[in-house]
Amino acid sequence: MKKVVKLAALGAALTIAGGVQAADPVRIGAVVSQTGPAAFLGEPAAITLKHYVEKLNEDGGLLGRPVELVLYDDASDANTARTYATRLVEDDEVSAVIGTSTTGATLAMISVFEDAEVPLVSLAAGIQIIEPVNPYVFKTPHTDRMVCERVMIEFSERSFDQVALMTGTGGVGKSVRKECTEQAEKRGIEIIADETFNPKDVDMSPQLTKIKNTPGVDAVFVGGFGQPLAVVSRNYKQLGIEIPQYHSHGSASKVYVEMSDGGAENARVTAPLLVIADQLSEDNPLRPRAVEYTKAFRDLTGEDVSTFGGYAYDALLLISDAIKRADSDDPQDVRDALEATKDLPGVTGMFNMSAEDHLGIDHSSLYMVTVKDSEWVLE
Amino acid sequence: MALSEFLQFLISGLTVGFIYGAVALGFTVIYNASHVVNFAQGEFVMLGGMFTVFGISLGLPYLVAAILAIALTALIGVLLYEFAIRPARGAPVFALIIITIGASILIRGLAQVAFGTSFFSLPSLAGDTPINIAGAVAQPQSIVVVVGTLAMVGLLALMMRRTMIGKALIAASNDLVASQLVGINVRMIVAMSFAISAVLAAVAGILITPISLVSYDIGVLLALKAFAAVMLGGMGKPAGALIGGILVGVGEAMTAGYISTDYKDAAAFVIILVVLCAFPNGLFGSEHHERV
Repeated sequence: MKKVVKLAALGAALTIAGGVQAADPVRIGAVVSQTGPAAFLGEPAAITLKHYVEKLNEDGGLLGRPVELVLYDDASDANTARTYATRLVEDDEVSAVIGTSTTGATLAMISVFEDAEVPLVSLAAGIQIIEPVNPYVFKTPHTDRMVCERVMIEFSERSFDQVALMTGTGGVGKSVRKECTEQAEKRGIEIIADETFNPKDVDMSPQLTKIKNTPGVDAVFVGGFGQPLAVVSRNYKQLGIEIPQYHSHGSASKVYVEMSDGGAENARVTAPLLVIADQLSEDNPLRPRAVEYTKAFRDLTGEDVSTFGGYAYDALLLISDAIKRADSDDPQDVRDALEATKDLPGVTGMFNMSAEDHLGIDHSSLYMVTVKDSEWVLE
Repeated sequence: MALSEFLQFLISGLTVGFIYGAVALGFTVIYNASHVVNFAQGEFVMLGGMFTVFGISLGLPYLVAAILAIALTALIGVLLYEFAIRPARGAPVFALIIITIGASILIRGLAQVAFGTSFFSLPSLAGDTPINIAGAVAQPQSIVVVVGTLAMVGLLALMMRRTMIGKALIAASNDLVASQLVGINVRMIVAMSFAISAVLAAVAGILITPISLVSYDIGVLLALKAFAAVMLGGMGKPAGALIGGILVGVGEAMTAGYISTDYKDAAAFVIILVVLCAFPNGLFGSEHHERV
């Protein structure tokens, strides 16, 4: 009891001292996979969130109150993610939640937020998160379907009617294969060779030899994640394959280009905005935030910016923008404002939410870039 | 076209097979000395490649970085024995094997923290111009892997038969108590087997990195495939390990090429099942004699 009185007194003192309405902070929750197999997704997200919440507070917080980030690490585990989801809504009483890094764990968390009527902005790619639309669930990353749409549009434009798929057997590769097969069918593009590779394969020559020896292949689309993509491009070069090489967003990293030992040269890669931020024209509304974030992330970590951190940047941006517009941190008001987000330039794309679309960006925020002399060139 | 396609599958299979074989060699030494199957073998391979990559990034010449990497990995091998395996001596062999699995998880975790989750490469020792063989291409580094692995098998076989250490190793594997009675320092010999095994793995890691690239978790799959190769060739036989590796590698490439990539991994294990049904001790394994 005494403590409460003290806190109230402190609150009153702060109110008078700060001249603000209440000292009670605006609480934003976050669950990310800082450790475990998905750490490469969660680590940059955590760094980004901490930095930008700090920055929000330096600039005066939200609604004239400080912002408190309640951050949990789910260790890449769906059960743990759900536990933290419950804790966030029951104990921490947050206005909105960001997370988590993987599709499976996000799906495990959804019912908690639906029951508590607190909005969730996921950082995971899976289209299942927003399809069918759940009133309380939003997300920021591109879906694999958009990546495939983007590539198939280019195939149509260049009249590549017969193409080969070369996809990984991991989660990302499987999803890309499914979505691209559907998108190809929709556009009358025939897949005449369909090869796969394992996430840790050391040599892809047999698969590529089969593609090479399949007559009539206009282009090869490679989808997956990490190290094998570089091995594919190395083998591509070694086998002297001349067919145009296309890659999914998994290859949109400097490491891929460096490790492919020249095999990535002339490859067309589906790249998110952040990769080519500095190549956008000066009057592009998407440019300022993307360039600023790229620089801030490099200053913070000494590493190149990653799209995964960008998804967290956008989630925080969406929520703080919604709180400002709603002029309230009541979860229901925040949700309504999130859904009404219009023309908000993020670092992943231009967000335009609606009751039917809880992602708000489309394939136009993906860019086709060519690798030239080991650099990304926007054409 | 058909011939060049077959040749390409064969070359690819041989490359991968020699990689598995090179990794598998390390299994045989520790097994010979202590009947322990060291599942941290794959992590030694990773460490060999990683240490070399980081030595070079610190500005060391390739050769110096490679030698340092091999020495460091050997040291870690000895530490593994002294601090994890030896304190548990007297425990059943399967308990020791579980300890090596634990060690592999620990090393992988530490490597993830130290080197990050990214992947790295080393320059090829034989240049980058692919070699054309009747319409099929081979990577120059594949030949380095083949020659290097053959040299390791030769040296290992020579050491086992001709040197005191090798003979002591074999003696220790046959009967620990008896070898102690004739004056063999068993502790030293088993520690030595961990060091030799780590050296073989580190050399394999350095040789294969230009082809397979290296990341903190590359050891898992390599150790699994190499273990399959050792089972196939017969536990404890260096030449058997190599031939086992080649059979698994070529089997995989042919399945990927002529049937489907989806069955590639299954194919390797089907080969093993079939062979082990016919030869329960592996192709070159000697029958186990228990003296009463």
